[in-house]
Amino acid sequence: MPAEDEDLKIEPASAPPDPETLRERLRTMARIRAFEEQVGRQFREGNVHGFVHTSIGQEAVAAGSCGVLDRDDFITTTHRGHGHCLAKGADPEPMMAELFGRETGTCHGRGGSMHLADASLGILGANGIVGAGVPIAVGAALAARREQAGRVALAFFGEGAVHCGAFHEGMVLAVAWQAPVVFICENNHYAEFTPSTGAWGGPGLLERASAYGVPALRVEGNDVGKVEAAVRAAVNSARAGAGPAFLEMLTYRMGGHYEGDAEPYRVEGEREEWAERDPIAAVDATLAAAGQDGVAKALLEEARQEMEAAVRNALAAPYPEPEAVMEYVGA
Amino acid sequence: MPDPTATAKPPRYLDAVNAALADEMRADGSVIALGVDIGRGGGAYGVTRGLFEEFGADRVIDTPIAEAGVLGAAVGAAMAGQRPVAEVMYMDFVTVCLDPIVNQAAKLRYMTGGGVTVPIVFRTQTGGGRSGGAQHSQSLEGILAHIPGLDVYCPSDARDAYDLLVAAIRADHPVCFVENRRLYGKRADGWEREALPPGRARLVREGADLTIVTWGRMVPESIAALDALPDVAADLIDLRTLAPLDVDTVVESVRRTGRCLVVHEAVERFGPGGELISKVAEGALFDLDGPILRHGARPTPVPYSPGLEAAMLPDSEGIGAAIARTLEG
Repeated sequence: MPAEDEDLKIEPASAPPDPETLRERLRTMARIRAFEEQVGRQFREGNVHGFVHTSIGQEAVAAGSCGVLDRDDFITTTHRGHGHCLAKGADPEPMMAELFGRETGTCHGRGGSMHLADASLGILGANGIVGAGVPIAVGAALAARREQAGRVALAFFGEGAVHCGAFHEGMVLAVAWQAPVVFICENNHYAEFTPSTGAWGGPGLLERASAYGVPALRVEGNDVGKVEAAVRAAVNSARAGAGPAFLEMLTYRMGGHYEGDAEPYRVEGEREEWAERDPIAAVDATLAAAGQDGVAKALLEEARQEMEAAVRNALAAPYPEPEAVMEYVGA
Repeated sequence: MPDPTATAKPPRYLDAVNAALADEMRADGSVIALGVDIGRGGGAYGVTRGLFEEFGADRVIDTPIAEAGVLGAAVGAAMAGQRPVAEVMYMDFVTVCLDPIVNQAAKLRYMTGGGVTVPIVFRTQTGGGRSGGAQHSQSLEGILAHIPGLDVYCPSDARDAYDLLVAAIRADHPVCFVENRRLYGKRADGWEREALPPGRARLVREGADLTIVTWGRMVPESIAALDALPDVAADLIDLRTLAPLDVDTVVESVRRTGRCLVVHEAVERFGPGGELISKVAEGALFDLDGPILRHGARPTPVPYSPGLEAAMLPDSEGIGAAIARTLEG
């Protein structure tokens, strides 16, 4: 542990979000949950092609993190990025159409689930290469630092990515450049098929970040209020020119690595334990305690209708013309 | 651009690269340069000298030795509105940072259906023949040209180095810009030549006996080979850019000469010569008077010892022998 460890702490605001904000975050989480439920269903129906990875159980990380960002802040995300894109403001209808390979998709059917991106919302892409989004976010933050308009970049990645070179090189550069970037390590307990417990030697992930001189904090990732408070502290600090921060979000991947995963590796009883810590139910309980009953149920119902409409429209949308296969190559 | 009237000597190849960077950085505030040792140190070969002093640490960025991270960051900066020129000190080192080049920069515009553009230049240099050893001497442009979404420019002289680097920086797509360090000290002859865009080959010499197709340092080597063969008249085509590839100029020439030799510094095995020969066969097969040949490096890692390296790399003498074989075939 570095001697300056005390200086490396991030002090999130302790006050919980107000009921209005909580309700808004709950709406985001409900939309992510409903989107992912539909993705699973549509994959089984054969409407989603290729590989698809869902984020049920991890909605609070996306909603709480992106909730503090402005429209022109940047994010990079992963192969499991639907939630981050939705939380950053992406429209689920073209997203669903993209997963269906349609011309009306976010990327006109050229990218698919793993390559969702919308530059107009600062979404610099999901990514099919584990860890690749980390240095990309650092580069966006470098550009933001040059512009001095207070923009920040958030890099979402899993705890499986902290072993790859891109993560470490990204950390090194973020420190060297004091780039306004916040590293959000979503520890969902599984790196693809491999339980992360015991997957690395030495102390935890925070110490890795601290070793690079990056302030680091572990956060209850299923508590959207705590996520938001931590990210807000880190983002404010980055906007103010204080450089990068690292947040480990403890959460849990309720589904398989990909849709259709038989999950022979799943630790017995673990999923049931984490179901007790469902991020949506947690906010619902908080709101109920404040006198607002049945909010989650209503928001989920609303979101499910929205996603059913997205599916209907995606199914009706045309596929790209085969003649257009060379479009967008660029060089 | 260096003013040729302002100095007694025309600019060297490395001056031209430096001038293109400086001119574009003056013209466009979003152009930034980043790479290992390029700032205060002026670059491993002095190519970026003076840029740090003129444009400052904010735009001429010395990076840690973390090429994959640096190139990834360049991709992010490009999507976020900058025009990064990222240097990979030796072309061999692109193998430690292929992901940002091949999986990210080359594909992002396509994968996003045109949603993002990646205006980025990957500058690098190669050049065997100086005992750099197997990890500092390779010509890997064929690997890069294989990837849809990447342009690959390989200037053979100072004028093209300037024109092509300016074009690369202004392009809205990724360009791999391959310099040759053995050309760095060569002064331009014909600096006031008309600028050609990428994708246009240049006919360096004209002649009816055969067509020689080449690029980079093999252009002057081929000129030397032809100078030693006064009885041979060849069309010598400098491709200048492998992607885009000027197939028309090559095919049109081979239809006239009936014979074709492709020369490159890269090893022959699965090298760019194979692609070129295929294009010539498709476009000019029935005009050929003999087999299309290629002459490149032998399929071995680049050796260190000077005699071994000379035996491995193509040179003017070897090109001369290959010309003779092409004419006999």
